[in-house]
This record gives sequence, structure tokens and C-alpha cells, in this order.
Amino acid sequence: MKLYCLSGHPTLPCNVLKFKSTTIMLDCGLDMTSTLNFLPLPLVQSPRLSNLPGWSLKDGNAFLDKELKECSGHVFVDSVPEFCLPETELIDLSTVDVILISNYHCMMALPYITEHTGFTGTVYATEPTVQIGRLLMEELVNFIERVPKAQLASLWKNKDIQRLLPSPLKDAVEVSTWRSCYSMQEVNSALSKIQLVGYSQKIELFGAVQVTPLSSGYALGSSNWIIQSHYEKVSYVSGSSLLTTHPQPMDQASLKNSDVLILTGLTQIPTANPDGMVGEFCSNLALTVRNGGNVLVPCYPSGVIYDLLECLYQYIDSAGLSSIPFYFISPVANSSLEFSQIFAEWLCHNKQTKVYLPEPPFPHAELIQTNKLKHYPSIHGDFSNDFRQPCVVFTGHPSLRFGDVVHFMELWGKSSLNTVIFTEPDFSYLEALAPYQPLAMKCIYCPIDTRLNFIQVSKLLKEVQPLHVVCPEQYTQPPPAQSHRMDLMIDCQPPAMSYRRAEVLALPFKRRYEKIEIMPELADSLVPMEIKPGISLATVSAVLHTKDNKHILQPPPRPTQPTGGKKRKRASDDIPDCKVLKPLLSGSIPVDQFVQTLEKHGFSDIKVEDTAKGHIVLLQEAETLIQIEEDSTHIICDNDEMLRVRLRDLVLKFLQKF
Amino acid sequence: MDPGCSRLLPALCAALADPRQPVADDTCLEKLLDWLQTVTEAGSSLLLLQENPCLVELLFHVVKSQDLSSRILAFSLRLAGMFAAQETCFQYLQGDSSLFVASAAGQLLVHVLDLAMRGPAEGHCGPQAHAWPACAQEIVCHIEASLRSTATPQVAQALNVLTTAFGHYHGLWMQGLWVRLSPLVARLLERDPVPAAHSLVDLLLSVARSAGPSPDGGLWETLAQTLSRLSPTQAGPLALGILQLQGCPQALRTQAFGRLLQPLACVLKAAAQAPGPPGLPEGAAGDSVTVDTLLSSKSACVGLLCCALAHLELLQPLPQRPSPWPQAPLLGAAVTILRFCNGSASPTSDVGGRLCTILVGCARVQRAALDFLGVLSQETGPQEPVTQVFAILLEYLVSPDSSPMVLKKAFQATLRWLLRPPRAPGCCDLDPHPQLFLGELLPVLQKRLCSPCWEVRDSGLEFLTQVTRSWGGQAGFRHALLASEVPELTRQLLRDPESYVRASAVTATGQLSSQGLHAPPASPEHPGVQQSLLEELLHILSTDAEGFPRRAVMQVFTEWLRDGHADVAEDPEQFVARVLQAASRDLDWEVRAQGLELALVFLEQVLGQRGSRCAYAVALPEAAPPGTLAQALRALCRVQLFEFAFRALFDCDRPVAQKSCELLLFLRAKAAPYGSPQDAGGSPDVASVEATLQRWQAGEQGQPLGHLEPGAVMAVLKSLDLEGLRDTLAESSDHVEKSPQSLLQDMLASVGVLSENEADCY
Repeated sequence: MKLYCLSGHPTLPCNVLKFKSTTIMLDCGLDMTSTLNFLPLPLVQSPRLSNLPGWSLKDGNAFLDKELKECSGHVFVDSVPEFCLPETELIDLSTVDVILISNYHCMMALPYITEHTGFTGTVYATEPTVQIGRLLMEELVNFIERVPKAQLASLWKNKDIQRLLPSPLKDAVEVSTWRSCYSMQEVNSALSKIQLVGYSQKIELFGAVQVTPLSSGYALGSSNWIIQSHYEKVSYVSGSSLLTTHPQPMDQASLKNSDVLILTGLTQIPTANPDGMVGEFCSNLALTVRNGGNVLVPCYPSGVIYDLLECLYQYIDSAGLSSIPFYFISPVANSSLEFSQIFAEWLCHNKQTKVYLPEPPFPHAELIQTNKLKHYPSIHGDFSNDFRQPCVVFTGHPSLRFGDVVHFMELWGKSSLNTVIFTEPDFSYLEALAPYQPLAMKCIYCPIDTRLNFIQVSKLLKEVQPLHVVCPEQYTQPPPAQSHRMDLMIDCQPPAMSYRRAEVLALPFKRRYEKIEIMPELADSLVPMEIKPGISLATVSAVLHTKDNKHILQPPPRPTQPTGGKKRKRASDDIPDCKVLKPLLSGSIPVDQFVQTLEKHGFSDIKVEDTAKGHIVLLQEAETLIQIEEDSTHIICDNDEMLRVRLRDLVLKFLQKF
Repeated sequence: MDPGCSRLLPALCAALADPRQPVADDTCLEKLLDWLQTVTEAGSSLLLLQENPCLVELLFHVVKSQDLSSRILAFSLRLAGMFAAQETCFQYLQGDSSLFVASAAGQLLVHVLDLAMRGPAEGHCGPQAHAWPACAQEIVCHIEASLRSTATPQVAQALNVLTTAFGHYHGLWMQGLWVRLSPLVARLLERDPVPAAHSLVDLLLSVARSAGPSPDGGLWETLAQTLSRLSPTQAGPLALGILQLQGCPQALRTQAFGRLLQPLACVLKAAAQAPGPPGLPEGAAGDSVTVDTLLSSKSACVGLLCCALAHLELLQPLPQRPSPWPQAPLLGAAVTILRFCNGSASPTSDVGGRLCTILVGCARVQRAALDFLGVLSQETGPQEPVTQVFAILLEYLVSPDSSPMVLKKAFQATLRWLLRPPRAPGCCDLDPHPQLFLGELLPVLQKRLCSPCWEVRDSGLEFLTQVTRSWGGQAGFRHALLASEVPELTRQLLRDPESYVRASAVTATGQLSSQGLHAPPASPEHPGVQQSLLEELLHILSTDAEGFPRRAVMQVFTEWLRDGHADVAEDPEQFVARVLQAASRDLDWEVRAQGLELALVFLEQVLGQRGSRCAYAVALPEAAPPGTLAQALRALCRVQLFEFAFRALFDCDRPVAQKSCELLLFLRAKAAPYGSPQDAGGSPDVASVEATLQRWQAGEQGQPLGHLEPGAVMAVLKSLDLEGLRDTLAESSDHVEKSPQSLLQDMLASVGVLSENEADCY
């Protein structure tokens, strides 16, 4: 069993598991942090961005000044933003049989895999995962396609040139594999390969293994996966949460008794407690708005935003913010808000019961009804007519490199009355802000990451007790900035196996059993003999038939009647003749009794030595050894066949034959 | 005993002696016993027994009866003990039936070991055990057997009995008892683990306290032994107890203090960057057992640290606390623990790393450490750690991870440190530390006042109120506060959805306004319309649906009136009239009572100070000169204070009526020389007022009093039996229900009901 690790990002995993005869890809996350190296794509012409000076080498050589621009001491690539794909060289991706998706954030690389690698398999995901994943992809494509950029910079990627660049460009990894965004057509094609599954549904893969999605409590439709055969069980835990937010709670019990538990997608901000961060978010929002400032919340169109809107729903009246407009701007804003209300069966119990009242499960419906929350596909059109300040704007993309957020950063960045509040934990907020410097706007970082923290993981592992834990290497040591925080790492016994990008792990357990079915008529013919209370043995002669990874013992074909010399001979060659089989032996040899028996039979001068595996009975006079071990007995005597046979018969007396 | 009770008692005794009529509620037995106790204390118990033979019969019956409930048995035993405690009664009982005394005493001794120690009257028995009565011997033997038992509950029982005994009696025989039992107690220490350690600690401390200043040397030795033998968690309470003892040898005190400090010493050692003494007294050095306990589990670690902090917190203010007090290392320890808890400590040692993992995010330890840190503010010490204290407090106040309760504690500790007495006496402005700290604190406070969690907003406001009360006059504070948005936010919180927050906001804005620190008035709905704070508070008083904000408004108004707040001083009469009008309609009695408090302040201002606040003061206030008095009374009439006070006099809530009575008595005394009853006594005005008041007293409060003239008011005041009313009100409102006769009736009734219901229920 092997694990091919195609992504080094612990929360955007992409691993391939070879298990029995199947090749299963676990998630295909897309690392978008690469876009932080690019200049933002402004929706409205930005004189500031277009007038940034080109970057030149120390010696004044300016051959890169078209590709690289300088802003407040940082250098950015002036080009269509590109993403860092999972490894495509480590394993032939056309051999992947299935892809299991655990949540909508972990499928963003799907079009790259399904459309460009020769992949011919099936993708499995839950319905909300697919629908919201589609929204995220649609938004991404829309953000990038609506600001066409003529230039695709590639000169800087040359290894010799990259070395000369300042950090962080100099240290960017695998730049040659970076790719620009996929098209909507590729998205549609990729999504058409998905087969929808429900929690706890058992899916057979080629008869060899069974895969089952389990609720993971992190997002609408988010799942962990069980991959099991009759005798082995691998659990794949991706983004999971034990907090009571909107999704169905996490199913922990089904993860028990795993041989291997692959653990990814823990919280990216283990020191920040989501409750405290929500409080921080609300307080800062209120302070800004009260002072007449605007609040910008860069966010994804689904996920934490539902919880934030719910908190604000309860908070705005108490904070006297009822008259402040909240705007949600995204090409998929409307769909996202509506989808969230229709996936009732995927929601937590409280929200599910609301549906039967009937009430919308999320209170943002009421915010929309009362005109407190308004949503728009983009800043163009209706929004510009309705726009009132001070206000709160939720919009993407959290990287601040594309989407409507770029416009608001340019618009509000100059005033210290305004605040940008970062709630998504995927991007370093300082890096995200770098191309907007100098910035007068206040910046508040309250990342809300509801995924498991290390305390919860350690409880989970105690509860489900897997034999082995496999996780990204980042989880096996404290974060570099807090090297003393030994509580911020996985602490389990035996220690977790760690992986990094482009590594192949041999998973530490051997398959020892395989299930074989016996045909009823063959079973009828067996004559079991009880050798211990409760344990019976029988000899079987059969034909092992293997097809579709299922093994069946069938009765041997009847010996055909002798019809001719040649044929007869062939038949007897093919079919093992039961009669010539020697009896099978079982049991163990009690050394003391054996020695007594030897003495009774006239052997003297017997010495017994204990060995690591059993005993050696030494007949010194006869210069003979009898080596007794758990699963073998050897009689070693030189050139005295008579003696050997005598001794053999004495040994056999202690064993059962059948 | 009054005849009514005497008539009821025989029937009740008969009912109690009847096992078929169980007593449902034994609290009534307690009450009965209390009442009989007061009766015996008031007169001769002997006479009581002679006049009520039913009591003796009950006792006889109880002794003979086999199937009596344990409640009645316990009641009878205690009743017998009560009578036996008086010599005359004891003799009476003895003479009547020696069998009864022996038997009752025997049961007393066996069933209630506590009473057994009361058995031998003090002075009759000396320290020599062989001279003790046989029954006492028997009990002692029983205790000895229990102490030898391997069953912990039995040992604990014996220890508890002894603890009670030593807690109550100091006779010579107690010393004898200790001499006899102490070897057995000491032997408990040899067992592993020490059984019933808590009870053992209680006993040893009880013995040490009862033994007086110079107990026998063995006791100190046992205490020292116990201290070192018990686990760190068990040793804490003992160490604290020892440090509170009088006349305890210095060596033992040192040992105890060391033991108390051990957990903190371990923490300090684990956090130390470089090896070196942590500065705690000798004996406190963290031993391996303490370290093991700290690292054994999260709950053990948390428990031990919380106890250690709580014990030291209790010890700090005591006069007999160890000296010199290790202020600097204790501060260091508190700060270190807080750093472990918020993950900002970076220990290099293994133990430190493990402690960090255990303590990070632990709210219980955070609360305990913040409390302790607050207590340490009362000490003077070197300046250097103060910087650390303010730094860690700020970290906690800023951190979004601080739970509301932790934040409250952090605010409280901050307040104590900020309000420490100034280091240089006579210095009128702030110390440099707090001043510096303030600059960082106000933005945090600002954010906390916007928290979505109401507990946080509430503790923020409480903090603001208190810090303003103390620092309102300091230029540095005023400047910083006015430059911030805190006053404005506070004002906005007057409309908070949570009533507790509204109440705290009322108090805070009231305080800010008193000090001239309030936000410029502006209403967000109508930015043009300016509403004064006074109007806003009056609005809350008359419309808020919850009692807390309205009570807070009344308190603020009373303070404003007392301190001559500018808005009030403009037209105090109109202010009082409006407030009283709103308060009189209030459904909350505390608001009405506070209204009377405000009325009293107004009275004092127009009539001159009262001599004494106490209504029962012997010296009545001096009369006011007639000229000003007439003027004053007219003012009181104008604000309708009398209507308010008269209504309150017949208020259904007793505290309101009492307060009003007190106010009117004060007024009458002040205004005595004004006119005479003849002046207005016969006028129709007075008659109608009196008629209205009578109707009010009867519960018909609807009718208004109408316009009152000072003369009529005085006449009515004089005609009212205020003293009589005061006496009636002084008795508790349920005095009728609490009468012994009512108790006996209730018990009889309940016994009756029980027996009647039996058939229905089963």
C-alpha cells in the first residue's frame, strides 16, 4: 500500500492511495497562494497600478521591466495570475481509477486533473460539494476572465533569471508548473465526471475496496472517507470540524478501528479560537461603522460567510447598526445564498428542524427580506445605484488579486476611517496587502478557521485509535514562528508518519488476509475435524476462481471417465489426486514428555537446550539433533535413516493427523 | 408558653409519638426545637416540663418504641439533651426515671457521637482516660476501633466526630482524649495513601486551634509530619491552616509556607531561562513529587495550581502571614502562569514545555491567577515587575481568546493595579506606569464595549465606572478618555438589548457625566435633535421594560442630586418632581425605595441635614427655623413629595413602607414648630386627605391626593401614628406566619392531611 503525495499544502491536499488493485486520488486541492506574487487585476482602470515602475536588476538591466513591477519595495509579476498545481509527474495520473472529494475547497484543481492527464475514471462527491464547488470555480473563472490581460509573463520563470529576483519570487517553488486558470468549459467537463454520493453510502470499487463518505462537520456536504476491504481499513480525514456551525456534525464513530488514518485539513490558525475571532470581527466592524467608515470583508462566496451573516443578524440590532447596509458582491452571490437554504438534509439538526416549521434555515433570508443585506453579481449595474456609505461589503477574492475586492481596496485604501477585516485563513494578510501599500485603511486579521485544532485532534485520535497516523510534515512539529508550542503538533503513539510534496510513502501495514468464498456444494462436502474446542479443520480440494477481485473456491471438476490413454494421463496431471496426499499434521510437541518418551525408547544422555524459537533436543551418543520450533521440526542425523525414521515416528505420536 | 400553644402541644406530642402519622417535613421539627429552646431560655425549663407532662410522655414513649422514624428519634434525643443541659431539669428527669436518663444518654452517646462529648459535663472529667464514665470509654473505644479500621469511610467518620468535638470543647478531658488517640492518628500517616486526608487535616487543625497557645509538643511534630507526608494537593489546606494558627513554632510555619509555595516554585523553575534561585524562601524549592503531580494530568495540574493560588490569596491580607512576604517572586509566578496559559511563555525546560501544553487556554487557572494578581496589587514592591504585570494584563484584555469570565477577572485585576495608592504621597497625577498603560487600555476598552458578548460589554462598563470614579479628576485620565470614543460608545450602550448592559451603561454614563466626561449628546436617528443625558435617563426610567436599568437610573439621579450635578442644579424642583412621578408608578419596589432615598436627599437639601441616618436614633434632628421651613414645605408640596411618600407608606412591599415611615418621621420632627394641629386640623382639606389615606391603607390606591397645602400636610403628619406604624413594620412581614402557634397548627394539620391522603394515594 502506497501513498503518493502530490501536494505539500496541508489544507489543500492531493494524495494518491494505491490500495489492493485500485488507485484512488484523495482530493485535488489547488494552491492559490502563488497568485500573491502577481499584481492585482483591477476591475476598473487603476492609475496607481498601471503606473507602477518596472523592476530592474541591481546593475540597471531592465529587460524584465515589462514582466515585473515594483510596489513599496515588493516586486510583482504583471501578468494573468497563475496557480500552483499538484505534482503531475510523480505518478501517471491516467491510471487513477477514482477521485474522492472531501469538500468544495479541495476540488479546485479538478479540471487540471480530469482534463489534461488522460484521466478516465470517476469522481465521487456529495451534492452540496459539487454545487458549491461549481460556484467557487465559476466565480474564479469569472474574476479572471472578465479582466482580460494580454500578457502572459514567462521570462521571469527561467531558472537562471529567477535566481536573480528578490524574495519571495526567488524562493517560489515549481514555478514552471504554474498554470493560468481553466475555462468554464473545462469546469463543466470536469464536473460532468462527478458521481453524487450521500453520507454513509457504500460504493464498491471493482469489487476490491469499498469507499464511504462520512459527514465531517466542516462545510455543507463536506466528507471524510473510509476506504476499506474485508480486512483493512483506511480512513481519510480531510477538513473536519467539531464546532456547532451550520453543517451536519462530524461522524467520528465510523472512523474507529482504522489501520491507517490519513489526517489532513486541520485548522491553519491553531492559536485563534473561532469564537473569539467572531467577537473580534463584530467589535471591529461596529467600531469602524460607528465612526463613519466602511468595512471590507474579503471572502469566499460560501462557507464562513453564512456563519458571519448569522452572527451579524444577532449583533446588528444590539450594536445599533440596523441602518447600515450590508452588501454581498459575487457573480455567484445569489446562487450561494439560495443554495444554502435548500440543502436542508446536509445541515445541522437545529437548522434542519427549521425547515419543517417551515422557516428558512439561515437567517440571512430575513436580512435580505428586510433589505439589510443586498447582493449583487458585481459592482457594475444595480450596485452602483444602491451603493450607500458607510457600509459593509463582503466580496472576493480573499487573495486580493482579482475580483471586486480589488476595486474596494483601491477605493477605500486611502482613508483611515475604513477597515479591511480578513476572515479567511488561506492567505497571509500581509502578503495579500503588499501591492496596496502604502495603505491608510485599518487592517484587522481575524481568521476564522473552524477545522480541527490539535487539542481536538488528540481527543479524536484517542477516541478512534487508529493503528497508524499519516499526516503532512507541518503537523509533526510546532509552527516555525512558535517553536516552543509543543501543544501545536500531533502527539500520538506510535508517532505519526509524515509526508511532504512529491514524496511516496509505503504505508506501514501489510495485508495478511484475503476473503475467499466457498461455493455451497463444496462447503457441503467438507468433513471438519475438531482439533481444539471451537476450532475445526478440514482439507479442501478445489479450484480457486478469481474475477473482479473476488475469490471463489469451486468444486474441482469431476475426473472425467477414462476415454483414452492420452486423455486419462492428462486428466490425472491436471487434477490433484487426493489419495496420494500425505496426512496433514497439527499440534505441538511438549518437550518434557517427548524426552520421557525418548528415554522409554532407550535413548540416554539426552540434553535439552532452549533456543529463541523453541528447543533443541540433543542425543549426544547418537550425535543427533532434534530441532523443535513453533512451525517446524527437524531431525538432523548423519547417514542413519533408520534412526531418523524411528525418531520421526516418535515425533508423530504427539501430533494429530487428518 | 402561651395558653394557645399549651392546648395544642399534647395533641402534637401524641401525633409525633405515633409511627402511623409520619412527619413529612423535618424542617418543622427543627423549628419546633428552636421554639422550645427559646421557651426554655426565657423561663424555667423545670416549670415547662411540669406544666406540659406531654413532653415527658413523648420522651418515654420514644425510648420504648421500636418502630419510630429516625427523624422523631433524633428530635427526641436532642429535646432530651436540651432539657438535660439544665441542672434542675436534669435532676428532675433523673429523679423521675433514672432508666430514662441512662437509656437516653446511651442512645445519645451511641447515635450522635458529637453529643457523646457533651455527655460528661465539663470539669467532671479530667485528662485521665481511666476516670471517664463507662459510656464515654465505650465511645472512645468505638472511635479507636474506627481509626484502626482499613475502611476509609469509617476512619473519616471517626476523624469527623473528633473534629467536631475539638471544635466545640476545650475541657481538660479533651487533652486526655487527644493523648489517648493521637498515636492512632499518627499511625494513619504510615498508611499509603493516607486515608481520609481531608478529615485528618481538619482534625489536626481543630486540635491545634483548641489547644491554645502552648499545646503539647507532640502536636506540632504530628503537624510537621503530616505536612510532609500528604500529597501536594492535600497538604495545601493544612499549610494554610498552620499559617493561620496562633503561637505556632517558626520552623513549622516556614515548612508550611514552603509547602504552600511549592507549586509556584515549580512553575518558576520550569519557566526560568537561566538556572538560578527563583527568589522564593527556602523550603519552597519545587520537589519532584509536586512536579509529578503537576505533570500527571491536566485536572491534577489545574487543581493544584488553583488551590495554591487561592490559598496564597487568602493568606496575603492576614496579619499573621509570613514575613518577609516574597512579593516579587509571587508576582513573577502569577505572571508566568498567565503566560503559560495564553501560550506566550517560551520555556526551554522539558517541564516548562509540558506545563505549557497542559495550561494553554485553561480558563480556570487564568481566573485564579488573575484574582491572585489582583490581590498582589495591595503590596508595595520593586517597580520592575509592575511593567510585566501591566503587559500581561493588557495581553489578556486584548486577546480575542479571553473568555468573558477571564476578561472580567482581567478587568478587575487591572482596576486594582491601576488604583494602587500612589507611590509618592501628595502626587496628584498618575504614576507613569498607569498613564502609559492607559493609552493602550482605552482602545481595548473601546473594542470590548462593541463585543457581541453582553458579559464582555458589561464588564467593560463596570470597569469604566470604577476607574472614572477614582480617576475622574486626574488630568491625564480626562485627556485620554475624552480623546477616545469610549464616552460616546458608553452612551450608545444605553440602548443595548441586554438589560444588565443598559443598567451598567446608565451607571457609567451617570458617573462620566458627574465628572464632566460625558459624550456630546447626539441621537443617531435624528442627528439634528439633541437630547440631554438627563432626558435620556428619564426616558429609560419611564419606559424600560426591565428593572435593572430603572434602578440604575434612580441611583444615578440620587447621586446627581446629592452632588449638585449641573443639569440638576438648574432646576432641582422640577427634576425631583419628574423623577418622583416616574418612580411612583414603577412596579419595581427597589425603584420606589430608591425614589424615597432621592426624596430624602431633597428633604435634607431643603430642610438641612439630618442628625443621624438611623430612624431609631435617640436624638431627634433639630427643628428648622420657621421662615425657611414654610418655604421648604411649599417646595416639597410643589414636587408632590408628600403624595409619593404617603403612597409609599402603605406600599405592599415592606422596605418601601419602612423607608417612607422613616422619611415622614424625620420630616415631622424637623417641621414640629410649624403651626399646630389646631391651625388646620379641623379643615375639610385635612379630613379629605385622611379619608384618602385610609382608603390607600385599605388597598385602594387609585384615588389621587390632589393638591396639598403645607398646613394640611403637617396636620395629617401629626395625626398619623407613624411610631406605631414603624413598630409594626419593624416586625418581619411574616411574623404572623412565624408564630409558634401557627407552627404547631401547621404541623398538626400536615400530620392530619398525611394520614387522610394515605388511603387515596396507595
